[in-house]
Amino acid sequence: MAIELKMPALSPTMEEGKLARWLVKEGDEVKSGDILAEIETDKATMEFEAVDEGTIGKIVVPEGTEGVKVGTVIATIGEGDVEGSAPAAAAPAAAPAPAPKAEAPAAAPKAPAKPEIPHGTNMKTSTVREALRDAMAEEMRRDPRVFVMGEEVAQYQGAYKVTQGLLEEFGPKRVIDTPITEYGFAGIGTGAAMGGLRPIVEFMTFNFAMQAIDHIINSAAKTNYMSGGQMRCPVVFRGPNGAASRVGAQHSQNYGPWYANVPGLIVIAPYDASDAKGLLKAAIRSEDPVVFLENELIYGRSFELPELDDHVLPIGKARVMREGKDVTIVSYSIGVGLALEAAETLAAEGIDAEVIDLRTLRPLDKETVLASLKKTNRIVVAEEGWPTCSIASEIAAIAMEDGFDDLDAPVVRVCNEDVPLPYANNLEKAALIDASRIVAGVKKVTYR
Amino acid sequence: MARTGKTQNASPAADANGLDHLQQAYEADRLYAASDDELLHFYEQMVLIRRFEERAGQLYGLGLIGGFCHLYIGQEAVAVGIQSALQEGHDSVITGYRDHGHMLAYGIDPKVIMAELTGREAGISRGKGGSMHMFSTSHKFYGGHGIVGAQVSLGAGLAFSHQYNEDGGLCVSYFGDGAANQGQVYESFNMAALWKLPIIFVVENNQYAMGTAVKRSSAETHFHKRGAAFTIPGMNVNGNDVLEVRAAANLAVEYVRAGNGPVLMELNTYRYRGHSMSDPAKYRSREEVQDMRDHHDPIEGAKAELIKRGVSEDKLKEIDKKIRQIVSESADFAESSPEPELSELYTDVLVETY
Repeated sequence: MAIELKMPALSPTMEEGKLARWLVKEGDEVKSGDILAEIETDKATMEFEAVDEGTIGKIVVPEGTEGVKVGTVIATIGEGDVEGSAPAAAAPAAAPAPAPKAEAPAAAPKAPAKPEIPHGTNMKTSTVREALRDAMAEEMRRDPRVFVMGEEVAQYQGAYKVTQGLLEEFGPKRVIDTPITEYGFAGIGTGAAMGGLRPIVEFMTFNFAMQAIDHIINSAAKTNYMSGGQMRCPVVFRGPNGAASRVGAQHSQNYGPWYANVPGLIVIAPYDASDAKGLLKAAIRSEDPVVFLENELIYGRSFELPELDDHVLPIGKARVMREGKDVTIVSYSIGVGLALEAAETLAAEGIDAEVIDLRTLRPLDKETVLASLKKTNRIVVAEEGWPTCSIASEIAAIAMEDGFDDLDAPVVRVCNEDVPLPYANNLEKAALIDASRIVAGVKKVTYR
Repeated sequence: MARTGKTQNASPAADANGLDHLQQAYEADRLYAASDDELLHFYEQMVLIRRFEERAGQLYGLGLIGGFCHLYIGQEAVAVGIQSALQEGHDSVITGYRDHGHMLAYGIDPKVIMAELTGREAGISRGKGGSMHMFSTSHKFYGGHGIVGAQVSLGAGLAFSHQYNEDGGLCVSYFGDGAANQGQVYESFNMAALWKLPIIFVVENNQYAMGTAVKRSSAETHFHKRGAAFTIPGMNVNGNDVLEVRAAANLAVEYVRAGNGPVLMELNTYRYRGHSMSDPAKYRSREEVQDMRDHHDPIEGAKAELIKRGVSEDKLKEIDKKIRQIVSESADFAESSPEPELSELYTDVLVETY
């Protein structure tokens, strides 16, 4: 019986890839460890090794094919071989990858006019990853004081390929690989900002920034105040934040509420490519220290990106992603995609939801939230993070303190379950927010 | 002049791997050949620090200074000797919370320092920093940091900016024997050596991390050896003699400015007062402190040398009188300046408006 070789998942978040090259042909004898093919993802090119011995039977997917879904049969080995060695084919075979929710390009129906982007601007498709890279590259071209440092940002091209190509363009003086030493290099980045430079400090993920949080808060955020306005600290701390996919509790946490608690910091958590680019450029130019929270699961998503020479967006302004009249769904980062998905479901049921992307968590754009509340009289907050002392809690407090008379129902928080994130696929799914929970939350506040 | 530092830490300097070349050069010629005028200036600066700190102690006792207040009395030769080897306004300096002495030695106006201690509007941080958080970017004095050890990584960052800008400057990062046990110190040593950052790490070993004696907290009590794992040359320096400090600092500055990467200097010194104003210092004997005062005092040492050189007692008395006047004026200024406007509560949180 033939062994099926399936498109492997080469990273926890990979959903599809390009079969770049076959290194074997039909009829070749292969043994365990032989390299069969090269597979490209948006992060890297990886070699795909044989696990079993046998003869290559049929090559099902020809080389050069793009968008091959994880788990697709790409070839068969050893027709008529020993029975029983069955699907143990290739390496991390067919991991039940996170339900590929073809969310790209995110539908933003009824999107309101965006005065931030002039009418008639040409749009192109870009991933969030490319948008972030372009933001850094443009600012590095513009200002020689800007440099990037972090683990694997240079020669490796970024652990998540966000800094791809920067070393080649800007050289090792401005694109700096650090040892694995977060506290130390966060301090060096902060000190360099105090010394007049414009550092971008990449954390491989914000989970590791807990090692460095002292410098982010005690050194970067407080110094301008403690020095009576003498000592600025224009540093950007950036990297992926929040749950990724099946990486367990220590690698899956949303630090938005932690940093948003701290006066002296700017905290930005964008959703789409345009906001990622425009706000990262603004962050790099800001005289204040910025925590810029990205999300690994949306790095690879494609969105429309305006083709502007200098696309800089205002910090501290929320964005109405979808206008509606019946209920306001407030979210940020990855939650925005889920909120938009929920809004579509609700529309089919006759509930017209307005979706607000906060984009900046500190300073928080209360005005946009309260204006929407005034219109819809109901708020649900969707947050991929724990509920206790969350951004959702903050929105609830704002609605109560400043919008009490506009509320027709109590604010509902739709957050992750209040547990460390588990590894098992089913438990992880159960712990994280999704569109259906947001729909349920909306029904609660609309009494439907 | 007083030549023997507290011998507690007298050991051959970092010897392994050829990292003792600066130490050898220092031992070959331990005394900086100061002119009479230079030595008088050092004396004056050390007396200024001592009188200033004594006055700060008094104001604390009167309730005019609040919170934490860490005095530099006994350690004056370290800041004065090292700062004198730097290019003022060009080289960067950063330290921890025991920062008054470094600021005075770097030429910052005593009035605005004292006014910061009393929490007044005229303070160098407009009353919002206090004793531990003072800065003067025009002097390239970058604080004044309250988190033990933070100034070491931040200092490496300042050194990074000198290297990046290719401006020929260097950074001196001061920290104590207590901070020397923080992990980020070694993270910074590693990167500073790896990238050859222009930085001098100065361990001011005053023998006690708050109340814990060095030998109770540190497996390797010879801090100058602790750079060896990172190929950083070490120097073991008598921190109670300003001329020895200056001689050692010259060697370190020359080495670092030439682009060779960091140097780790251990300055053996002693603080006479408690860790902070609220420390009764029960962890050491009165005799120990008295012995340091009697036999290793940096100011008395400099004074003896000046007299040996033929400087008149009257000249020294004149300096003492002048310093008392300066300190008195700074205390008056600090007491009479108004507290910050209440509106200052909300300023300087962020630089920009969003």
